[in-house]
Amino acid sequence: MDERIVILGAGTGGTLTANRLRRARSDVEITVVDQDDDHIYQPGLLFIPFGLAHTEDLVRSRPRQLHPGIVYHRCAVDRVDIDHDRVHLIDGTELDYDVLVIATGATLQPEETEGLTGPGWRQGVHTFYDLPGATALHTALEAFDGGRLVVNVVDMPIKCPVAPLEFCFLADWYFRERGIRERVRLTYATPLDGAFTKPVASHALAGLLAEKGIELVTEFNTGEVDGAAGRLTSFDERVLDFDLAVVVPLHGGARYVGDSPGLGDALNFVPTDPHTLQSGARPNIFAIGDAASIPTSKAGSVTHFEGDVLVTNIIRFLNGQPLDATFDGHTNCFIESGFGKALLIDFNYDTEPLPGHFPGPVGLPLLKQSRLNHLGKLMFAWLYWHALLPGRDLPGVAADMPHAGKHVPETVGT
Amino acid sequence: MPTATYADAVVAVNDEGFFTEPDEWTPDMAAEIARQVGIDELTDRHWQVITFMRKEYTEKGTGPTVRVLGKTSGVSIKELYQLFPKGPAKLAAKIAGIPKPRGCI
Repeated sequence: MDERIVILGAGTGGTLTANRLRRARSDVEITVVDQDDDHIYQPGLLFIPFGLAHTEDLVRSRPRQLHPGIVYHRCAVDRVDIDHDRVHLIDGTELDYDVLVIATGATLQPEETEGLTGPGWRQGVHTFYDLPGATALHTALEAFDGGRLVVNVVDMPIKCPVAPLEFCFLADWYFRERGIRERVRLTYATPLDGAFTKPVASHALAGLLAEKGIELVTEFNTGEVDGAAGRLTSFDERVLDFDLAVVVPLHGGARYVGDSPGLGDALNFVPTDPHTLQSGARPNIFAIGDAASIPTSKAGSVTHFEGDVLVTNIIRFLNGQPLDATFDGHTNCFIESGFGKALLIDFNYDTEPLPGHFPGPVGLPLLKQSRLNHLGKLMFAWLYWHALLPGRDLPGVAADMPHAGKHVPETVGT
Repeated sequence: MPTATYADAVVAVNDEGFFTEPDEWTPDMAAEIARQVGIDELTDRHWQVITFMRKEYTEKGTGPTVRVLGKTSGVSIKELYQLFPKGPAKLAAKIAGIPKPRGCI
């Protein structure tokens, strides 16, 4: 009998894993499960509030991104029985597996922050991290003609840690384009002790915030949102008043993970070996993408770079061979900075974002604003649907983070 | 590598004062570190958190974030901020002699 691989989640990770596996092995049965049929290009959500992208551009059919010969179930997962190698779907279907891949990503949990979904939600308090939110925020921004706009990350981890910064940069551009920038006070409030988690990038991004007149409030852990009064209050009693709040809610893993004893952690993410992508739950369970708890960002680029190692290891596991422990935590993110420019950061578990060029001494500028990076970000959407999802490597871009082209600075300012 | 002296012993710390060698910590040091960061007295509730922090570090290789502490330590986030004002995850980690929590990237 063919070995059965079950992949939970038909987003970025689930799709590229299924497609890579299908091409690598014709003698395994691959089943992919998702609760809805809408594959959303998530990097596009950032642009919807500013009218730079529209819903139709960002959504495609999930099953249509899968290669032929892959079974697809459209149903929510109820729970995973890790002791019996069985997935239970909510319609009663049972899927037995030889190998399970958790690729169900991260979910937004706005209800976990007091008051966030109370009065003012979708009116004065918004998020752009899902389609309904980004769309409602577009309406709110069009009507906004002055006052204090606060962008706040409630706590880490979140998907795409740079997106809230990009929102600030684009907001600065947007209001300048509308000729009302001097009527708007922009504030970025973060639980981190800097603009970013790594020193060199934190310094560069803080500089950019200052240059654009965006106030940076650090170590702000939001405890309560009062949408009616327009106020964010931190756990240590600091207050930020706002006229419009753009909040990135708390994130957790998929709900069924919490209903599957032994599978996930306190936040419903799956503890995962950072180099092999094997889960800590059972040897025949792997995790990829935002669903995995590993010490790097939750970002599509990470998911793509993981795909190579993951599929190698699934095959090795099936063959009874030792796993390849080579995933290096490679992350690569464009940071849209407005005015047709963007920065690019490239890093891994051991190396923080550094200046230079990517993928080699000649290439896209790192940690520097450039129009080339902005074009790269725009073109990336095409590569996502036509190269990344079908499970192909990107031209000129290897899975491992390149050291060539990076400059290690002598000193870092504070 | 900078050092600090607690309970008459010299320990290795990073430039923010977090222990780099958790094995060098003894419970006697906790009160001294706490006083340095502005906490005059360590109650049983403080100790519940400190013990939990060291256990998490041993099991997971890093101290927990405030959110995980609130969910799994038995002490609510509100109370954590009362016990360890301003930055409970970082403060408790310092007092518990473990490295600064890796947090998230």
